[in-house]
Amino acid sequence: MSQAEFLSALRAVFPPGRLLTAPAALAAYESDGLTAFQARPLAVVIPETQAEVVAAVRACHRFGVPFVARGSGTSLSGGALPIKEGILIALNRLNRILKLDPQQRIAVVEAGVVNAEITKAAAPYGLLYAPDPSSQPVCTIGGNIAFNSGGAHCLKYGMTSNHVLGLKVVLPDGAIAELGGDSLESVDADYVGLFVGSEGLFGVVLEATVRLLPKPETYRTLLAAYRSLEAAGDAVSSVIASGLLPGALEIMDHLSIQAAEAAVKPGYPLDAAALLIVELEGERAQVEAEWARLREVIDASQPYLIKVARDDEERSKIWKGRKSAFSAVGRLSPDYIVQDGVVPRRRLGEALAEIEKLSAKWGIRVANVFHAGDGNLHPLIMFDGREPGALQRAEELASEIINLCIRLGGSITGEHGVGMEKRQYMPRQFSESDMDAMWALRKAIDPLELANRGKVFPDGEAPALRRVGSHPLEQAGVISRV
Amino acid sequence: MRLRGAATKLRPVADGCQLLDMRRLTGVIDYQPTEFVITAWAGTPAAEVQALLAEHGQYLPFDPLLAERGATLGGTVAANACGPERYRYGGVRDFIIGARFIDGNGHVIQGGGKVVKNAAGFDYPKLMVGSLGRLGALVDVTFKVFPRPEAYATLQMSCPSLDAALALLPKLTNCPYDLNAIDIVVNGSNAATLLVRVGGLAAGLPQRMDRVRSLCGGGEIVAGDDEARIWREAREFTWVAEDASVVKVPLTPARIPALDARIQATRRRYSVGGNVAWIATHAPAELDALLTALDLAGLVMLNALGDPRIGRRVSHPFAERVARALDPQHKFG
Ligand SMILES: Cc1cc2nc3c(=O)[nH]c(=O)nc-3n(C[C@H](O)[C@H](O)[C@H](O)COP(=O)(O)OP(=O)(O)OC[C@H]3O[C@@H](n4cnc5c(N)ncnc54)[C@H](O)[C@@H]3O)c2cc1C
Repeated sequence: MSQAEFLSALRAVFPPGRLLTAPAALAAYESDGLTAFQARPLAVVIPETQAEVVAAVRACHRFGVPFVARGSGTSLSGGALPIKEGILIALNRLNRILKLDPQQRIAVVEAGVVNAEITKAAAPYGLLYAPDPSSQPVCTIGGNIAFNSGGAHCLKYGMTSNHVLGLKVVLPDGAIAELGGDSLESVDADYVGLFVGSEGLFGVVLEATVRLLPKPETYRTLLAAYRSLEAAGDAVSSVIASGLLPGALEIMDHLSIQAAEAAVKPGYPLDAAALLIVELEGERAQVEAEWARLREVIDASQPYLIKVARDDEERSKIWKGRKSAFSAVGRLSPDYIVQDGVVPRRRLGEALAEIEKLSAKWGIRVANVFHAGDGNLHPLIMFDGREPGALQRAEELASEIINLCIRLGGSITGEHGVGMEKRQYMPRQFSESDMDAMWALRKAIDPLELANRGKVFPDGEAPALRRVGSHPLEQAGVISRV
Repeated sequence: MRLRGAATKLRPVADGCQLLDMRRLTGVIDYQPTEFVITAWAGTPAAEVQALLAEHGQYLPFDPLLAERGATLGGTVAANACGPERYRYGGVRDFIIGARFIDGNGHVIQGGGKVVKNAAGFDYPKLMVGSLGRLGALVDVTFKVFPRPEAYATLQMSCPSLDAALALLPKLTNCPYDLNAIDIVVNGSNAATLLVRVGGLAAGLPQRMDRVRSLCGGGEIVAGDDEARIWREAREFTWVAEDASVVKVPLTPARIPALDARIQATRRRYSVGGNVAWIATHAPAELDALLTALDLAGLVMLNALGDPRIGRRVSHPFAERVARALDPQHKFG
């Protein structure tokens, strides 16, 4: 069956404005947030209804054409990179909030709904959708589900997976499955849990039932400055060991402090080797009691300076610096690679010291801004892509950091996903038989490998590396990363 | 092959199959208290793990069921046996971060790992939750754990009817108070007891309880051993007759009245903020028909005769394909 026949099958479903085939129109979809990779698909379809998504998937199945689902294209691992001989299903317009039930504290949303829109819709009822990736003003719930995305508040409330109760999905052959439901509990195997984080390899999410939480009554935020990165890492371990469960525990290193201060002037101490941000949240009486304990633990960790946010304004200033840090660091360097490996929390200090050593060894600057409470690193490896060999050297350093995470007993990715970028590292984290088992599962669900072919598993050809840098939306100041 | 833990819940019958008894596969494999993560063999009694964690001021926040009767970790995962406090931080699925199991092909599969955040690879550990031993035999499991609340208190409030108790539910579930558990116990046909558990640092607790009481407009505050007993009763099912079958029915608060109207003669309890009905019955077959009619699914957790799954049965192509990959020859089910 020919390409022309396939395209005419799509034409029967999508009007011309929502079926793109002209090179100029396709250009906008060639990359996701990992701009190093680019590929031009055969076509892009822009469904507005679930039925149109299903029709597109069925056409792909009938003609044996691979497809990639795309939300907002903010993936940092190349997960939404198109396949040259396939189509891209762009889900931004599948964006209705179908139901918001404040009494049962659930929302039913279509896959293209933007993360922050859920919280916006829930806010009048004093509720929120907890997972808060920094890209939340633009990224979609479908993309969050594919990657099991996190954010700054995973320590207490978990990742995307912990907030998804039910899913309606179209499998790669066009069959529809409803997984989970609208209750917090279930009596079936947790198929929702398996689907979340499968990076688009099991099919396309059409709609999701997510749980909403009451907005915390109060927040208490402090900033502690240390003379070494290791000391800040050790402070994180002692906060966790103290039995406190903060809403957020974040670290910024010297480079990122400098950058953030230059960019948004949050009033950070410029001479600090590392800053620790701790935020308690919850019911007032409990938070006040926790606060007293937190102060003791922080004092014992011997920071040379402690700043406490006295009001909402000071709190948001602290967070503004933190949230701007990535894009601010981006300004210090024409290009950078960001990794998101995880290490056991008690080994954070060790991991950070090791990264400092690697940075010195390669003579490459590495900034660190990360979710310390989860042991989720975000080393930002800076280089100048115009310098011959610089990208390759940066990638070798990135690879050493990934190896370090595996060696310390962690993971190659905490929230950005494997995608295209970290495929080759999978066999380092998983044994051959585990890889085989995952492959067998993938093949049982999608025998033709139509859904997001070429991702996650370390085979297939990688498109040529192009450039590495901040996301176009970051350059435009629309989003920033954590 | 049928898998058996301590058989506190489901009692697998051999029906011509091999019975694999997991009870000797016990012991903690790895526990670093400062990491708040624990790995143990699947046959380890949940009580043993809870006791070890308690020594370090930690706990499994999903409130494993029947731990005192010897429930194993593997059985707890496979049956998704979590209790009332699951309301606060989540269920088994929210705390399992790693699992090693043997699938129907005889392959050992390691899913997840030992770090709390991990986006690499398929999430097999969650798939094992509620799988009832049908997708593989759990060998070991890894949980993230939390600091254990230093103190607890419970508001116990008698309500003239279930409806009156249900009317308070949205007030409680939507308020910004951090509540650990919300259960409603139905006593006979026209009275109910609302139970609201709060945990945390001792210092803030009295003040927090006062607020819960004024929100509910009454009730008695219980602490100490009496308080612990209230929740132990729920976890250990001491509120049901020895020979009754106990059925777990996941639902939402809005669906409780229609169900309750049809089960007036049974002992029952609505747990997890109205997300789970626990029904004690001597006639599981009748309940099966009723649940089917109400489009609800149920699982007979205690004293099951035959297949523990009752009520609505959803079979979807995703589940079929997963089973095809993990157990193509139907070794487990
Ligand atoms: C500035 C910046 C900051 C970020 N901060 C964070 C952060 O704090 N935490 C974090 O976890 N991530 C972060 N990210 C990464 C990214 O935003 C998340 O991975 C996000 O979930 C991607 O959503 P998206 O809608 O852009 O998905 P896309 O990038 O379009 O797609 C991501 C993956 O999901 C698949 N997919 C999309 N929709 C569907 C669907 N409906 N069904 C099946 N598969 C689908 C795609 O095929 C792809 O594999 C950040 C990215 C940027 C650029």
